[in-house]
Amino acid sequence: MTAPLLDVRGLVKHFPGERAFFGLGAAQPPVRAVDGVSFAIREGATLGLVGESGSGKSTVARTLLRLIEPTAGAVLFEGADVLGLGRVELRALRRKMQIVFQDPYGSLNPRMTVRATLREPIVIHKLATGDKIEQRVRTLLDEVGLDGQYADAYPHELSGGQRQRVGIARALSVEPRFIVCDEPVSALDVSVQAQVLNLLAELQRRHRLTYLFIAHDLAVVKHIADEVAVMYLGKIVERGPAEAVYRAPRHPYTTSLLSAVPVPDPAAPSRRIVLQGDVPSPANPPPGCPFHPRCPHPKKDARCRTEPPALVEVAAGQIAACHFAQAPMAPGG
Amino acid sequence: MTEPLLRVRDLRTYFVTERGSGTARAVDGVSFELYPGETLGIVGESGSGKTVTSLSVLRLIPEPPGHIRPGSYIEFEGRNLLTLSPPELRAIRGNRIAMVFQEPMTSLNPVFTVGDQIAEAAIIHQGLSRKAARARAIEMLTLVGMPDPAERVDHYPHQLSGGMRQRVMIAMALVCHPKVLIADEPTTALDVTIQAQILELLERLQRELGMAIMLITHDLGVVAGTADRVVVMYAGQVVETATTTELFARPRHPYTEGLLAAVPRVDTPREQLRAIPGSVPAATDWPAGCRFHPRCPYAWDKCRTSEPPLLDSGPGHQARCWLVTEPARRSATA
Repeated sequence: MTAPLLDVRGLVKHFPGERAFFGLGAAQPPVRAVDGVSFAIREGATLGLVGESGSGKSTVARTLLRLIEPTAGAVLFEGADVLGLGRVELRALRRKMQIVFQDPYGSLNPRMTVRATLREPIVIHKLATGDKIEQRVRTLLDEVGLDGQYADAYPHELSGGQRQRVGIARALSVEPRFIVCDEPVSALDVSVQAQVLNLLAELQRRHRLTYLFIAHDLAVVKHIADEVAVMYLGKIVERGPAEAVYRAPRHPYTTSLLSAVPVPDPAAPSRRIVLQGDVPSPANPPPGCPFHPRCPHPKKDARCRTEPPALVEVAAGQIAACHFAQAPMAPGG
Repeated sequence: MTEPLLRVRDLRTYFVTERGSGTARAVDGVSFELYPGETLGIVGESGSGKTVTSLSVLRLIPEPPGHIRPGSYIEFEGRNLLTLSPPELRAIRGNRIAMVFQEPMTSLNPVFTVGDQIAEAAIIHQGLSRKAARARAIEMLTLVGMPDPAERVDHYPHQLSGGMRQRVMIAMALVCHPKVLIADEPTTALDVTIQAQILELLERLQRELGMAIMLITHDLGVVAGTADRVVVMYAGQVVETATTTELFARPRHPYTEGLLAAVPRVDTPREQLRAIPGSVPAATDWPAGCRFHPRCPYAWDKCRTSEPPLLDSGPGHQARCWLVTEPARRSATA
C-alpha cells in the first residue's frame, strides 16, 4: 500500500488556562482542546471530521496547517514532518495545503475585488506573470462556476454561495494537493449548500484533491466523506469507512449523534436517543471514558468511570474507543 | 372544524432600504391560520420572510424602516392585533403570545440573573410579589428540565451553556402560560444532541400545557419531526401549505420539491445532491410572474408573466404554482 498523503500522529494542543479576576487570579487548568489525535488520509480521498462545538475539530485543522502551533505530535505531509519546518519551507508548503473557511464573508478582504483576491496568491507564489495571471483568474472563476462578470465585484456584492465559490477559487489558485474544508457549507442555505457540496466533489475528481472535511452536520459529511472520524472532548472516539460508521456505529456517542440528526421524512421511524446534559469542559474532562457521564449504553459499568478505553479495531478498518464496542449498542438502550 | 386561534390575512411588511433606493417587500401577502394545540412549521431559507412574519405577529418590527401595510390583518382572540394600542399590545406580548428567539445569548440580559428575567413577566402580567415570582421562576426552571433549579435561578446567563440558556428562554416565554408560542429557529445555534433535548422539551411542554406552537425554521428535518402542518415560504410569499405528512409525501411546488432533494440525509444511501440553481432574489426586486420562475426547472411563458395564486391541490393542500392547473407540463419537462 502506498503511503498516505497526510499522516497525523498523536496530535496534542493544550491551551494555557485563563486567569480569573481580570488576569490576576489563579490560573485555571489548561484546556485540552486536542488530546492525542491520529489519522491518515490517502491521496484523492476525503476524511470527514465530525464533532460538536468544543470537540476540538477546528483546532485539529488549524494545528496541522500550523496556523496555531501544536503542543506535541507529528504531522507528515508527503512523508515530511510539517511541524519541523522553518518559515521559508512552511511558505512553500502552504502552496500545497490550503483551507476553506466557514464564513466566506469574514475570510475575504472587503476592500479587494474578486480579481485582486485571486491574483494575490498567484503573484506571491510566482505561478504566472503578465497576461497569464489574468488568464488564470478567468480559469479559476470558470472552475468554481462563477461568471467572469464577477471578477470586478467586491465581497458585499456577492451572495453567500458566490462568496464561498470565491473562497474555494482562492484555495485552488495555488494548485494545492490538500484542502482543509472547515465547515464550508454551514453558513449557507440548503439549496445553495447542495451546489457547493457538488462543486467540491467535482473539483476533487478533476484535480485528484485530498480533503479534510470538518463539519458538525453528519448528513453533510455522509455525502462527501470516504472515511469519517468522530471527535469528543479532544479525542477521536470512532473512525472508519463512512459507509460502515453510518450503517453500524460502534461508539455510543456516534450512535446517539446519528440518531439525533432530524430526518426530513415524517414517516421515518423515530429512534432518537436524547443524550442528557452538556458536553463537559475540555479543561476538566471526566476521568475514565470522557463520554461516561452522558453515555446511554445499557452495559455501562464502574470500569467506564475509571479506565479510559483505547481505540480498538471493531470491524474492517473501523476503530472505536469504548469498552463495549465489540458489539453494536443494543436498541432501546 | 375548530376556530383558529390566530388568523393572519394578507400580511404585508415592507422596509424602506438604506439609501432610499427602493422598498424591500420582505413579507408580501402572507395568510395562514394557527389552530389551538397544533404545531405549525414555517419553513424557508434566508430572505424568505419567515422571521419578519413572526415578528410582525407581535408587532416587533422597528418602524421606521419597516411598516406593516394597510389591509394586513392579524386576528387573535377576536381582535386585530394591528389596531391595538401599545398598552393593549403589551398585555398580549409575553403573556398570551410569547416568543423564543434563535440566539439565547443575545436575547438574555447579561446583568440580571436568570431568575429575575423569568420572574419579570410574572410580576408584570400577573402581579405576583417578588417572593412568589422567584418561587415561580424555580418552578419554571424545573419544568424546562434545568439541573439544580434552586441554584441556577441565581446564575447569570454567561454561567450557563447554550442549551441551558435556551431552556431559560423557554422558561421565560412560558411563565404566563401563553396560548401561542412563537419559536424562531430555537435550535439553530445548538449542537445536534442539545437540539434533540430542546425539541423533546418543546414537545413535552406542548402536551402538558396545550399551547399552539408556530415553529420557524430552515430545517426540513426539524419540521418533519415536530410539525402537524407546514407553511413553505419563498420570496415573501407562502408558496405551499399542507399537513406535514402530505407535504413530504406529495410536494406540489417545485421549490418544495427542490428543497427536499437538496437536503443531505443520514438515513438514505449517498447520492448526488440535486441543487436548486441560482439563489434567492433580493426583496427589493422580486422577479415578475412567479417569483420562483428563474430557478424553476418547469417554468414556461406563463410563469414569467403571470403570478400564480395559491391553488387548491388536494384536501388542505395549496400550492402557488401553475403546474396545479397544468400537471401534464411536469412530466413534459422532467
